[in-house]
Amino acid sequence: MKGWMGKFRMLFLFGALSLILSGCGVDNISALKPEGYGSELLFDLMLISIAIMLFVFVIVMAIYTFVIIRYRQKKGQEDYIPKQTEGNKALEIIWTVIPIILLLVLAVPTVQATFDLADNSGSEEEGAINIEVTGNQYWWHFNYKGQEISTSQDLYIPKDKRVHLTMKSTDVIHSFWVPSIAGKMDTNPGDNQNTMSLEAYEEGEYLGQCAELCGPSHSLMDFRVIAVSQEEFDQWVEDMKNVDPEAQPESDVAREGQELFNNNCMSCHAIGSAPAGVGPNMTNFANRSKIAGILDPTKENLVDWIVHPDEIKPGNQMPSNLVNEDEAEKIAEYLLQLDHTDVTPESAEQN
Amino acid sequence: MSTALAQKRGLGAAIWDYLTTVDHKKIAQLYLVSGGIFFLIGGLEAMLIRIQLMQPNSDFISAGLYNEMITMHGTTMIFLAAMPLIFALMNAVVPLQIGARDVAFPFLNSLGFWLFLAGGLILNCSWFLGGAPDAGWTAYAPLSATSPGHGVDYYVIGLQISGAGTLIGGINFLVTIVNMRAPGMSYMRMPLFTWASFVTSNLILFAFPALTVGLFLLMFDRMFGSAFFDVGLGGNAIIWEHLFWIFGHPEVYILILPVFGAFSDIFSTFSTKRLFGYSAMVFATVLIGFLGFMVWAHHMFTTGLGPVANSIFAVSTMAIAVPTGIKIFNWLFTMWGGKIRMTSAMLWSIAFIPTFTIGGMTGVMLAAAAADYQYHDTYFVVAHFHYVIVGGVVFGFFAALHYWWPKMFGKVLNEKLGKLAFWPFFIGFHLTFFIQHFLGLMGMPRRYWTYQEGQGLDLGNLISTVGAFLMAIGTLIFVYNVIYTAMKEKKVSGDPWDGRTLEWSIPSPPPFYNFKQTPLVRGLDPLWIEKQDGKTGMTPAEPLGDIHMPNGSFLPFLMSLGLFIAGFGFIYQVDHKGWLALVFIGMGITLGSMLTRSLKDDLGYHVHKEELEEGGGNHES
Ligand code: HEC
Ligand SMILES: [Cu+2]
Repeated sequence: MKGWMGKFRMLFLFGALSLILSGCGVDNISALKPEGYGSELLFDLMLISIAIMLFVFVIVMAIYTFVIIRYRQKKGQEDYIPKQTEGNKALEIIWTVIPIILLLVLAVPTVQATFDLADNSGSEEEGAINIEVTGNQYWWHFNYKGQEISTSQDLYIPKDKRVHLTMKSTDVIHSFWVPSIAGKMDTNPGDNQNTMSLEAYEEGEYLGQCAELCGPSHSLMDFRVIAVSQEEFDQWVEDMKNVDPEAQPESDVAREGQELFNNNCMSCHAIGSAPAGVGPNMTNFANRSKIAGILDPTKENLVDWIVHPDEIKPGNQMPSNLVNEDEAEKIAEYLLQLDHTDVTPESAEQN
Repeated sequence: MSTALAQKRGLGAAIWDYLTTVDHKKIAQLYLVSGGIFFLIGGLEAMLIRIQLMQPNSDFISAGLYNEMITMHGTTMIFLAAMPLIFALMNAVVPLQIGARDVAFPFLNSLGFWLFLAGGLILNCSWFLGGAPDAGWTAYAPLSATSPGHGVDYYVIGLQISGAGTLIGGINFLVTIVNMRAPGMSYMRMPLFTWASFVTSNLILFAFPALTVGLFLLMFDRMFGSAFFDVGLGGNAIIWEHLFWIFGHPEVYILILPVFGAFSDIFSTFSTKRLFGYSAMVFATVLIGFLGFMVWAHHMFTTGLGPVANSIFAVSTMAIAVPTGIKIFNWLFTMWGGKIRMTSAMLWSIAFIPTFTIGGMTGVMLAAAAADYQYHDTYFVVAHFHYVIVGGVVFGFFAALHYWWPKMFGKVLNEKLGKLAFWPFFIGFHLTFFIQHFLGLMGMPRRYWTYQEGQGLDLGNLISTVGAFLMAIGTLIFVYNVIYTAMKEKKVSGDPWDGRTLEWSIPSPPPFYNFKQTPLVRGLDPLWIEKQDGKTGMTPAEPLGDIHMPNGSFLPFLMSLGLFIAGFGFIYQVDHKGWLALVFIGMGITLGSMLTRSLKDDLGYHVHKEELEEGGGNHES
C-alpha cells in the first residue's frame, strides 16, 4: 500500500491537497500531521477519498451553477411553459455507472487498509512488544506483557517498532485514540478485547485522548504516548523492572509523605510492578508531563489534586479530602521525587 | 368541526376540539406546534453547548450538566423535533396528495400524536426532577446502564412511549397509502413526497422495534435488576450498540426521505417542470430505504468487529451514495430547461443541494472503514451529520413549510421575511459546521466538555460559536414570520404556486372532509394534466353523495395520559415500592380506555349531500 501510494502522492492534486491539509493543527496532536504507520496509512486513504469526492463535487457544482443562473425565470417569461421532459435513459445510466466505478476505486484501498491495520500477526514474534491497555474512568493503564512493568498515563514505546496493544476496560466503553500516530480503537468491558498496533516514526510525546463518551470527565482523560530511541527504551525497561517500591526518599518531609501515602493511598495506588489497582500506578510519577492527564506538574497543582480531585475531574473515583492540605504537601513532596528512571518525556524531545 | 364554529363556542371548546380531534389536518398542526417548540428547546441546548465551547478550558456550564445538555440536544432534535415535524408534513399532505378524506385509522393517528407528546414531556420533566439523561443520545451501555440518578430512566421511559406513538403513526401511513388512493392514483403516479412517506413508514415499521427491544432491555437492567448489558454477570454491552444502530441508521433515512420527497415536489413546481426521471427517483428512494438496513455497523467500525465485518459494511455504505447521487442529478435536471421561480421554498431547496452533497461526500469518506479510525467520534462526524441533518432535514422543513403553509393555514408565509430568515441561517450553518470537519481531524473528539489551550482548536471553535448565533437569529426571524403572517397576511386561493398535485385542487385550508367528490387521477401530476387540458379543477370520480366521517374521541388523550402517569411510577418504584401505585393508576386509565374503545361501537357520522351542496357541511352529529 505504502509503496504505490508514495508514487501516487507525486500527483499534483495529492501534493496540493496534502499540503493544504497538513497545514492544519498542532504537531503530535493532529491526524493531519501523520507521524506513525497507522496515521500515515489513514492519511493516504483520506486523500484518495477527498480527491474522488472533490471530483464529483466540482461536476455537481458546475451543473448546479449553470442551471440556477441560466434557467432562472426572466422578465416576460411569466406565461412561458417549459417542455415537460420525462427523463433520459442515457444520462440515468451515466450517473449510475460512473459513481459505481469511483466507489470501487475507493473501496479497494479501503479494504486493503482495513485488513492491514487489523493484522496482528507480529505480536507472536520473538521480541515483540505486547502491551495491555486498560481504560478506566478517567485514566489509562498499561501493562507490558511478560516484562512485569506496569505504568499509567504515559505509554513508553521505542520508535520505528510496531508495538501490539490488547485493549479492555474495567468499567464503561472508552476509546483509545492517538491521532498523530494511529487511529482509535474502543476498549470494551469484559472479555471482548480488541487489538491494534502503534508505530511512531519519530521520537516524540504524542497526545492521546479518550474518544468514547465515558462520563463527566470524558474530555479530561488525556494520556501520552512517548516514543524514544530503542536504547532509551531498553534503559527504561531495565529501570522500571528494578524499581524498589519501598525505597526511602532523602528528605524528611518526603519520608513523612511516604508514610502518609502508604497509609492513605496504597489501597488504590501502587508503586512498582503491581498490577492495575483502582487508581494509577505511581512508579514514575515524577516523570509525568501532566498530573492526572491534564494538570501541569507543579507541586501546587498536585496538592490541589490530592485534596479535591473531584473539583478537577468531576465524577472520578478518587475520594476527596482523604488527607488535609498539610499532609498533601508532604505527600506531594514524596510523589514528586518518584523518578526511578532517567528516561522521561524529555528524552523523546532531545533528538 | 370547522374552525369558524369552534371560535363561536370560545376557547374552551377550541381546546376540547384539539384534544379530541381525529382530523389529520388538525393533528398535523398539533405535531407542528409541539415539534416546533421542541425544536426551539433543542436549539437552546445547542446554543448553551456552543457557548461552553467558545473558548478553551471554559466552565460556563459544569461537566455533568454539559453531558446532560448534549444528550438532551441530540435526543430532543431527533425524537422530539425531527420525528414530529416529519409527521406534521405527512399528516398535512399525504391524504391530500392521494385524494383521500383522512388517514386509514384516524383514531390511531390521534393516539400516535398524544403518545409522542406524553413521551416528550416525560423526557423533559427530567430537567426539573433531579437531572436529565447524560449518557449521550446513543446511550451506550454500560455507561447508560450504570449512570447514577434517574436521568437515563427518563430517557428509557420517554422514548419508549413516544416510540410507540411513532410506530403507530408509521403503520397508519403505510395502510393509508396502500389502501386509500383515489381512483387512477396508481403507485407510479404518486407524488414523490407520498412515495417517500410510504418508504419511510416501512422503515419505521422495521426499525423502531429494534429500539423498543433495546429500551426494554435497558429498562429491565436499570429498574428490575436484570443484567443484559452487565459483563460482570455474563451480559454483553455491545448488543446495545447493535440494537441501537439497527434502529438508528434507518432512522436517518426515516428523517431524510420525506424531505427528499418534499424537495422533489418543490423543484418540480417551482421549475414548472415534470420531475426529471420520475421512475429513477422512485427506484432510488426504495433502494435507499432498503440499503438503509444493511449498513448499521458503520457506526461501529472502532468497536472491534474485525476487518471482514468492517469491510462489508464499508462497501455497503458506499453503495448508498449511488442512489443518492441519482437523486441529486435528477433534481438538477428537473431544473434544467425549466423556469425557476426563486421563492423562499425554492431558496431553501436550492441551498440544500450543495450542502447535502458535501454531507454525502463526507459520508462516503466516513464509510472508508479504516479511515474512520481517525474520524470516528470526533468533530468530523459531528460536522458530517449536521450537514445531512440540518443541511438536509432542517433545510427541508423550512422549504416544505414555506411550500405547504398556504395549504395548511390558507396564507403564504411572508416572502421577504422568509428570505431574511434564510440568509443568516444558511451562512451561520456553514460557519458553524464546515470548520468542525477540520476541528475533528485536528484532534478534537466529540462530546468534549472542554478542550485544552495550545491544541490549535481555539479559533475554529470560536468561529463555530459565532455561526451558531447566526443560525439562532435566522430561526427567530422564521418564528417572527409565522406570527407576522398569521396577523398581517391575506388569505390566498387554494393554488397559490401553480401547483401540480392533488392537494392544490382543493381550497386552502381544505374543508374537514378534504374532497367533496373523490377526484379521478389521469396521470402523474394530476392537477397539471387537467390544467393543460384547459380545466380549472379535477374531474370527479364519483357523483356527489353522503360522506362518511369518523367521530372525534377523547380516548387517545386518556390512554397517553395513563402511560404518562405510569411512566413516573416505573421510574420511581426503584426508590420506593409505593410508587408502584402510579403504575397501577396509570395503566388502569390506559387499559380502561382501551376497553372502552373496544366495547363501545363508534360508527362515525355522515355529512349529507344536501349540506355539501350548500357548500357547507360544517355540521357534526
Ligand atoms: C479509592 C481509590 C483511591 C484512593 C484511596 C486514592 N486515589 Fe489517587 N487516584 C485514584 C484514581 C481512580 C485516580 C485517577 C483519577 C483520574 O484521573 O480520573 C487517582 C489519581 C491520582 C493521582 C494522579 C495520577 C497520575 O498518574 O497523574 C494522584 C497524584 C493521586 N491519585 C494521589 C493520591 C493520593 C496522594 C492519595 C492518598 C491521599 C490517593 N491518591 C488516594 C484513586 C484513589
Ligand atoms: Cu473514556
